[in-house]
Amino acid sequence: MADQQEILSGLAEIVNEETGLDPAEVQMDKSFTDDLDIDSLSMMTIVVNAEEKFGVRIPDDEVKNLTTVGDAVTFIQNNQG
Amino acid sequence: MSERRVVVTGLGATTPLGGTIAETWEGILAGRSGAKPLDQEMLDRYELPVHFACTLAQDPSEVLTKVQIRRMDPSAQYAVIAAEAAMADAGSPEVEPERLGVAIGTGIGGVWTLLDQWDNLREKGVRRVFPLAVPMLMPNTSAGNVSMVLGARAGAHTTVSACASGAESMGTGYDMIRGGRADIVVAGGTECATHPICFAGFSQMQALSTRNDDPAAASRPYDTGRDGFVLGEGAAVMVLEEYEHAKARGARIYAEFASIGMSADAYHITAPEPEGAGASRAMREAVERADLTAADIVHINAHATSTPVGDVAEANAIRRAFGDAVDRMPVSATKSMTGHLLGAAGALEGLFTVLSVHHRTAPAAINIDDLDPAVDLDVIRGEHRTLPAGDIAALNNSFGFGGHNVALVVKSV
Repeated sequence: MADQQEILSGLAEIVNEETGLDPAEVQMDKSFTDDLDIDSLSMMTIVVNAEEKFGVRIPDDEVKNLTTVGDAVTFIQNNQG
Repeated sequence: MSERRVVVTGLGATTPLGGTIAETWEGILAGRSGAKPLDQEMLDRYELPVHFACTLAQDPSEVLTKVQIRRMDPSAQYAVIAAEAAMADAGSPEVEPERLGVAIGTGIGGVWTLLDQWDNLREKGVRRVFPLAVPMLMPNTSAGNVSMVLGARAGAHTTVSACASGAESMGTGYDMIRGGRADIVVAGGTECATHPICFAGFSQMQALSTRNDDPAAASRPYDTGRDGFVLGEGAAVMVLEEYEHAKARGARIYAEFASIGMSADAYHITAPEPEGAGASRAMREAVERADLTAADIVHINAHATSTPVGDVAEANAIRRAFGDAVDRMPVSATKSMTGHLLGAAGALEGLFTVLSVHHRTAPAAINIDDLDPAVDLDVIRGEHRTLPAGDIAALNNSFGFGGHNVALVVKSV
């Protein structure tokens, strides 16, 4: 099981791969859309890559609740199988 | 208002001979072949009968970011590289976005993306299909991406006419400027169809050379030993600009883009109409629209793909179009070096035609050891040909499956 820090850095890698953003920019309080300028198509790819990396299922209905990086990290942490 | 003239002020390309148009032209003048062996694993897995192709000389990651590469089909990557290079070559002209247009043709479009994502769907399921699959595979993906990179808002267009696409797109750009819709248009073609399915499909129609023991000698237009074309990939783009606009900013003008002629054979989906009526009509129309006569044309860059039937059909069509004047039109067959870039071919050869007029040098073909007696043309072999001083014009031919015929006329300035 990955801890919060591991999930955050893993997610930062995925975001970097998809958008080219510096992984250091990907912090818990950052909003995916407002701060990181990630559009819905990129978000979809990030979600699928996160599912694969962390062995979780993130339902489409859930994705709209993941406003900040912290929301995603918490969801992944609570749902790791 | 007098008629708007169109000139060429920038060139850009990434090809089997180099990552720039300068390297590519140098390769042409050096008589270099762009043929390279194909990936052995791919050959073993699919038992392809053809073991080589004119693949890109450059790795796009040398120029583009990781994210650009992830989000664009290779064909769009090539187009963006060529378009940015062309604009830089034109001196990065300042132009209102609403007066800057794009026209990028392609023969096949995002075939790699389509089939990679189809593999993902079958092997890994729907969740693994990339959300950008559709915008990456659509044929206009290159025009859209180029317009975004350049901030071009006058219109972004895609012509699709198989191997005539690249030439036709330049005609679209020319029309945009002549019609007053734009002052500058970035126009050309792109193709990345080096997917196993394309080798398999072209092979099944006996269109590709299988000279596996000597790939560099495989593309031999007009030679009696020709046995098909060599698949190529890449992109070529020119900056077309309204003449007064170019003059006002002191731009370097390579040549005038004088006209385009087009026709359709309405005969067979792949075979050229044997009398060459349609092709010759496109050529004559191009010359007439440029207010020239056959006597003004001092050079032809032929489509000349190295197929047994196509080369003779084109030679006949040229003769039919211009009669005895053809004797004073030395013909270049540059696919002997670049291979056949399909939807980018007409664009790249358009660039070569511009450079031939600009430098007054028509390049020699390679691999023509024994000129086919059925080809009644002055095909340039051995030494490059120096074109006359004074006002000159040259013609570039492109033909595509579907019976598309496109001829461009380029004039010295």
